[in-house]
Parts: sequence; structure tokens; C-alpha cells
Amino acid sequence: MTQNADHVLDHFDLFRGPEYQEMLANKRKMFENQRDPAEVERMREYAKTEEYKEKNFAREALTVNPAKACQPLGAVFVAVGFEKTIPFVHGSQGCVAYYRSHFSRHFKEPTSCVSSSMTEDAAVFGGLNNMIDGLANTYNMYKPAMIAVSTTCMAEVIGDDLNAFIKTSKEKGSVPAEFDVPFAHTPAFVGSHITGYDNAMKGILWHFWDGKAGTAEKLERKPNNSINFLGGFDGYTVGNLREIKRIFSEMGIEYTILGDNSDVWDTPTDGEFRMYDGGTTIAEVEAAVNAKATISMQEYCTEKTLPLIAEHGQEVVAFNHPISVKATDNFLMTVAKIAGVEIPESLAKERGRLVDAIADSSAHIHGKKFAIYGDPDLCYGLAEFLLELGAEPTTVLATNGGKDWEKKMKALFDSSPFGKNCKVYPGKDLWHLRSLLFTDPVDFLIGNTYGKYLERDTGTPLIRIGFPIFDRHHKHRYPVWGYQGGMNVLVQILDKIFDTIDLATNMPAKTDYSFDIIR
Amino acid sequence: MSVANNESVADIKARNKELIQEVLKVYPEKTAKRRAKHLNVHESGKSDCGVKSNIKSIPGVMTIRGCAYAGSKGVVWGPIKDMIHISHGPVGCGQYSWASRRNYYIGTTGIDTFVTMQFTSDFQEKDIVFGGDKKLAKIMDEIEDLFPLNNGITVQSECPIGLIGDDIEAVSKAKSKEFNGKTIVPVRCEGFRGVSQSLGHHIANDAVRDYVFDKLDPNKAPLFEPSPYDVAIIGDYNIGGDAWSSRILLEEMGLRVIAQWSGDGSLAELENTPKAKLNVLHCYRSMNYISRHMEEKFGIPWCEYNFFGPSKIAESLRKIASFFDDKIKEGAERVIAKYQPLMDAVIAKYRPRLEGKKVMLYVGGLRPRHVIGAYEDLGMEVVGTGYEFAHNDDYQRTAQHYVKDGTLIYDDVTGYEFEKFVEKVQPDLVGSGIKEKYVFQKMGVPFRQMHSWDYSGPYHGYDGFAIFARDMDMAINAPVWKMAKAPWKDDSQSKLLAAE
Repeated sequence: MTQNADHVLDHFDLFRGPEYQEMLANKRKMFENQRDPAEVERMREYAKTEEYKEKNFAREALTVNPAKACQPLGAVFVAVGFEKTIPFVHGSQGCVAYYRSHFSRHFKEPTSCVSSSMTEDAAVFGGLNNMIDGLANTYNMYKPAMIAVSTTCMAEVIGDDLNAFIKTSKEKGSVPAEFDVPFAHTPAFVGSHITGYDNAMKGILWHFWDGKAGTAEKLERKPNNSINFLGGFDGYTVGNLREIKRIFSEMGIEYTILGDNSDVWDTPTDGEFRMYDGGTTIAEVEAAVNAKATISMQEYCTEKTLPLIAEHGQEVVAFNHPISVKATDNFLMTVAKIAGVEIPESLAKERGRLVDAIADSSAHIHGKKFAIYGDPDLCYGLAEFLLELGAEPTTVLATNGGKDWEKKMKALFDSSPFGKNCKVYPGKDLWHLRSLLFTDPVDFLIGNTYGKYLERDTGTPLIRIGFPIFDRHHKHRYPVWGYQGGMNVLVQILDKIFDTIDLATNMPAKTDYSFDIIR
Repeated sequence: MSVANNESVADIKARNKELIQEVLKVYPEKTAKRRAKHLNVHESGKSDCGVKSNIKSIPGVMTIRGCAYAGSKGVVWGPIKDMIHISHGPVGCGQYSWASRRNYYIGTTGIDTFVTMQFTSDFQEKDIVFGGDKKLAKIMDEIEDLFPLNNGITVQSECPIGLIGDDIEAVSKAKSKEFNGKTIVPVRCEGFRGVSQSLGHHIANDAVRDYVFDKLDPNKAPLFEPSPYDVAIIGDYNIGGDAWSSRILLEEMGLRVIAQWSGDGSLAELENTPKAKLNVLHCYRSMNYISRHMEEKFGIPWCEYNFFGPSKIAESLRKIASFFDDKIKEGAERVIAKYQPLMDAVIAKYRPRLEGKKVMLYVGGLRPRHVIGAYEDLGMEVVGTGYEFAHNDDYQRTAQHYVKDGTLIYDDVTGYEFEKFVEKVQPDLVGSGIKEKYVFQKMGVPFRQMHSWDYSGPYHGYDGFAIFARDMDMAINAPVWKMAKAPWKDDSQSKLLAAE
């Protein structure tokens, strides 16, 4: 018996004990009909080959370990960013349990969201009654200022019409006629979570600016000097939005963050559960129509939202998740120009500090090869930064990246001598990436938590940047935008590089050299 | 700091009844009427808990429940390690459930083992419009090509499959034939079916019956020589290694475990099971169906057991042994005696720190009742409990064997109700899931996830109880709960803090 009360062993140590090891070996041998270990080993080796990679890349139907989620997740991300707003997902209820769990595992925060709990009868007759009852219940129970509706694939397949359903629900008295229920159709079989962000954000702006689905006057734009800001779907939303607020304050910019979920996903433990906290108010959303311009931090999250805003006469600008010095320079200069302000000396100093840090450290990054996967804009921003550090982002993969993104990535590679050997993989998954890490090895991998399987199988050290991050805590609190964000990313990369060197040089009488105290 | 310490049972009952009336006030009339049937104060001596269950969740209330797909792919089939489980439909379902339930296993992932991988048909609009059967067939070809050491395939249907009229049974049958009789299991676990995860368990059980048992070749040479002491562990998903810390006890008492369902399980083990002399069933809710089937079809008796906490473990070991001869009965006594010193030491260490603490639970499967004994072994008291997806037979078992008079019972609790109940009852610990964890921690109430063991475990068996005790102590007595209140703020502002 290995267990003892003085020093309780959990799964980490317990199963390494001899009793358990013997038990598990017997189980395998006697009852599992396991494959011949030699056969397993042969296959394991074969899966590393060029030949296997070719087969792997010839896949047309099967997806294995994709790096994307479905649309409604993005819609929920948007909805919780508005003041006292509850996301209402019309369709099967299991989906909502998944979105809530997914966000809670990443942010380590509650995520409130309701479902219309459609079942078999709704599949046959449509989900209108679910909408009618659901809106009434949510309105009474959770006293929201707004209910933002989106759909699961079930409701989309049977063709439920949100606009009509919401109108009917209001007629039936579920919620007051003037109560705001913006909506967006978010079919899971189109695009990914970033598409859902786009549709939901567009839905909310369309609702408030364009006459509340035909029930009110359209807002007339009275241009002012304010700037709207869209973050896009972002696992670092807590840290990033606060950083953007700080930067804009320093610059003296009048701004509105549309969908500010940085407070609701960072509430204090002080004895009170805040189901709602912070968020963009309805008054702010309405006033946002008057803004001079709208800035999107992630182009591929706002492909439909920005044109809607542009139709209202605003200037719209999209960035690709700026991390690098150059990208942040461009971001700040663009914003300053639009707002008609000067970039303050304090930010110039911050810039100088990031450049200083890069100068201090880039020798350790220069020439290293990286594989990156994640959402399209994040991949772009990271690749741009690596090029600036003299590293080579040789493999860049986005399961939800399309042709436009591919082109844009290639143009980025072409713009730098370090991009010469870099390749972009739109629409591919992490099983493709596994092959690539074997056939075209890199020094480091940048990705989300699921990258740990690639790290284990291929031995490529993983730098966790992306969404979701489930197995490391509090990363979302640290911005990856702005000069400070660039600094955070730089430090995270350096930490992994140094840790990797230390791990490879810590064998006494074998690698006494290189185990350095000063670097 | 529970307020209930000096209350009589009558006081508690009155308070709980009042509390139920109070929460019902928030609902529109129709909803209040429906929810009232799911909330009750337990009366001892009653045969069940007096609540309706396994009924559709009400739209818009924030149910904590999941769906049939979660019950099949996420619970029953997903842990079968040497088969590839295709999440058939759009990408999300498989993505959100990817490796999120820690069904521990041993194997070479991606080569002969596939549990922590996400295989999906990633449906696009054209698949919805034109149907996905051809794509599914192609997926199976690609699986055979890229993962040739898989021992079988299951098709875990997501919502659209049943709505667009795909014939996954025909595809599976044809491909099985083409691949020389490979086990290919179509599972109709679309998320809209039924009212919760529960129907997904049932559908998954039926799929084992139809596509594993009914296809067994009676002439196939057995993998092993049967013995009179062969048992199968049914309904243990090996969360954090639970099935392993259970298996070791059964083997120590002289039994031979020929299969694990389904944590660290394999297709061969499913196929072995009809040779068992006894099926021992932990999670009744998710696997009673197949146990009953094996009883009818193969004459294998089954026996429910509970491996949470030394009292229930000893009771269960004796109950299991009663199906066998004296050798096994003696074995059970030997095992109980062997672990007694460890249990005494664990209780001596932790009970003084936990005595009298009050717990509220809301979980799924077996845990809303099964863990009560383990808390009681530590001197703790469960004052409220409820199930995500129980049926009435679960509430019968709960009433007859587990809960005390006056316990607050809440079936398919809503976010609002649970929050209010905890606010008023002020337990020292809440045990529920990831969606609830941070709600209660914000309120200053210690919390343990009782689905995932909060990434700890195992909690089953004697080894597991030591970890359970440590974790409950760690949760309740963590210094952090004394810091939730800013020292310059007055007490009345945050009355829920669980600090002593």
C-alpha cells in the first residue's frame, strides 16, 4: 500500500506505485486484446514519415483535432460584453452547457447563458413556444437589460426564424415590446467561433442603429469625434481591453469599446456573485453610431460587422491582432490620426522599452524556427512579431483561416528575409500539424492548451498563447496587445527558450557545459 | 459557520419549505407551477424524495443539464480507448468535449488509443443540404488509412444528423462489411433527443447491445480462460483513475476484473463481459440498462455498489462478496482489515477539521447520493442534494438509503434556485460542476467540482478516500476564504463568507 494519511498521494504519484503498475500491466496483457507492441512502435514511427504526411494531407473528409469551435460560442462571447445582457441560445440545451463550461475553464470565471431547451417536439413543430416561454422566464428570473439571441445548429437546420419568433414572443407578452432582444443566426456548420463573433456583433449594432428590427426609427448619425473599438474573439480579452483603455486614456481619445467583457470575466471574490458586471451600455451602443470611426483589432472577426458600420458613414479600419512593434506603431498612428491627437511621450517611452527588451534578448530568438497555430488574426500578429525578432515562423496554421488570410500571410512572409522559408496552412488541423512537426521540424510551437499533445508526441516545446488555455492559470489577465502586450509575449517566448536549454543541459557529467547562470 | 447548527429538524424543514416558496416567486406562474414539482424537503420514511424528475427542462431558466450526445460520446463511449469516436456533425460538440472529462487510460495516443483526440466530420452547409452519408463513408476510409490500429469506430450523432435524414446505420453496416466485420457502431445520440444526458446513456447502452453483443461470434476463441471469480466493473469512467483504485480492491479480495466500462476500457473488454459471473455497477443511472440486458440475455447478476468512503466501501465489498464463496468473503474481510489502519489515520487527521460542516451537492449520475456516506465518515452533513438527470429510481435510492430528514431536494436545479438556496442555507461547502464553481467561490463559499474531482482524484476506493478527505479539508480550510472580505468593510455587506 502506497497511500498514507500523513502524505496523501493523488493520481500523480499513486498510480506510479508498484501495485498499480503491475495491475495495469496485467489488465493490458490479459483483457485488452492490445496490439502487438512492435506493431504499435512500427506505426508510431511510420506516422512520422513523409509518406504518412502525404496521406494525411490527402484527407478530404475527416477532421482530427481542429483548432476552431462553432459560431454560437462567439455569439456568447459578444453578448456578455454588454451591460446586464444575457446570451440566449435558441436550440438544444447541451450546447449552452458546453459554451459555459468552455469559457469557465479558460477564464476560471462563471459564464451565464441560457438555452431555449429545444427537444424532439420542437424539432417537429419548430421552437416558437420555446422562445416564447424562454424569453419570459429569462426576463423574470435574471432581470436583464438586454437578451441577445443566437442559434444552435438544431434551430438552423429546422429553419427557425428569429426575427419572427421574437416579434411573436413580444406580442405574447414574454418581454415588453420595447425590451431589446437583438439576434443573430449563428449556424455551427458555417465558419467558426470568429464568424459567430462577427454575426452577433453585427446583429447587436444592426438592432440598435437600424430601427430595432423594424420596430423603431433608425438612428440618425450625428458625427462626433469618438472612436469605437472592436476586440474580436480574444482569449486575452480581460488583459487586452484594459490595456486598450489605458492606452486610449493616455492618448486622450474618446472611445467606446463595443462588447466589453473584461469585467464580467474578472469579477472579485468578495462575497458577492456578480452575474453581470461592467459591459457596454445600451446608451453607449446607440451613441456609437455617431462615432468618427470604428477600429477592429481582428480583421477576420469583423468581416461583416465593419461593412455595416461603414454603411453608416464611419471610417473603418481593421488590424490583425497587433503584437509587434511595427504593428503597434501602425495601430497607434492610425488611431492618433483618426482622432486627431498626438501620441504622448509616455507611449513613445513604452515603445522604447519594448525595443530595448528586444535588443537585450533577440540573440536568443534570432534564427529559431516556430510553428504557430490559432485564429487567423492571432497567427498573423504572432508571425509578424517573430519576423521582427529575427525568428522564422516557418509553419503557420489556422483551421478557420481562408484564402484571403492565406494570401495575406504570404505577403507578410514576402516582406521579410526571415519569411523566406515560411509556409501557411489554411483550413488544416492539428493532426496535419503533427505530421509537419515531424517532417519539417521547428524549435518551438505556439498554440493553445491542445498543443500539449503535439509537444508530447513530437518533442517540440510549446509556448501557450491562444484560446483556450485550460491547463495554465491567469494568462488571460496579461495583455498581448500594445507595447506592453508585445513585452509579455516576448517574455513568455524567452522563458520557454531558456527553460528548454536548461532542461537539455542539466545532466551531471554529461552536459555540465551550457548550463549557464548568465544569459 | 453554518446557521443551522442549533436548529431542530422541524425548524430546518420549515425553513427549507419557506425557501422553496420564496424562490418560486421569481417565476411566471406557469413556470412556478412546473418548477414546484422538482423542489422538496425530504420526509424520512418516504419511498422517494417527492420530486418529479426526468422531465424536459424549462426554456430560459439556465438549466445545468447537457444533452444526449454528451451522455453517449462524453460519458459512455468516449472512454473506450481503442475505438475512434467520430463526433458526427458540426465542429463544436466534439471541440467542447475534447478531453475535458479526465477518463484516464494507458495507451499510445494517436496510434492504438484515441481517447484524448477529437475526430469530427466538421459539417459544412453543403453537408446539411446534401446529406453527410458520403462524407461519413469517406471519413471511415480515411480513418482506416491513417489510424489502421484502431479496433473499431463509433458514430456519435450530433443534432443535424437526425434532422436531415442521414442513414448512418447503412453507412456503418456497409463499411463494417468492407472492413472485414470491423465493429462500427452508429449511435443516434442527437442532442435534441430526450431531456438531458440520460437518454444518451440509454441510447449508448443499446448501441453496445446491438452492435457489440449481438455481433459477437460465439465460435471465437476466448481471449482468456474464464474463472469462477470473473467480474466486470460497470459504470466507472475512471475520472482521475477512479476505476483503478476500485479494481485494485476487487482484485485484492480475490476477484478477477475482466472488463472496465468504460473508463480505460477497450472493445475487447466490452466483448469479454458476457463471460462475467457478476457485473458490479457503480453508476446505476448511466449503465443500468446494459446490466439488466446482460442479466436477461446471459443470466449475469448485477450488484450496485458504492466505493465512496470507508463505511460504504466495506458494506459494498461484503455485498459483492456475498455473490461468491467463502474464499472471496474472507478476501473481502481481509481487504477491509488491511485498509482499516489507513482509514483510521485519515479520519483521525481530517475529521476534527471537518466535523459538523454542512455540504450542498448538485451533480449527475450517482454522486448526489453516493458521496453522502463519504462526507458522513468525515463527520460532515449533506443538507441539500439534487440531480441533473436522475429518474425516479434514483430518488428512491436516495430517499431509502442516503438522505436525512429535512434535506433540501432540487431536481434539474436552475442557476437562480441554486444560488438562492446556497445564499440562504449557507453551507460550508458546495459540490457541483465547473459552471457552478466560480459562482459560489465568488460568494465566498468553498467549492469542489464533483464531476472532475477538481482535477484531483481518484476518489473511489480506500486510496481515493484519503484524497477525498484531503481535498475537502483543503477546500473548506483554505486560508483564502478568510480574505474574501476587505477588512475595512463591515460584516453585514458580505454575509455569505464561509470563513469561521
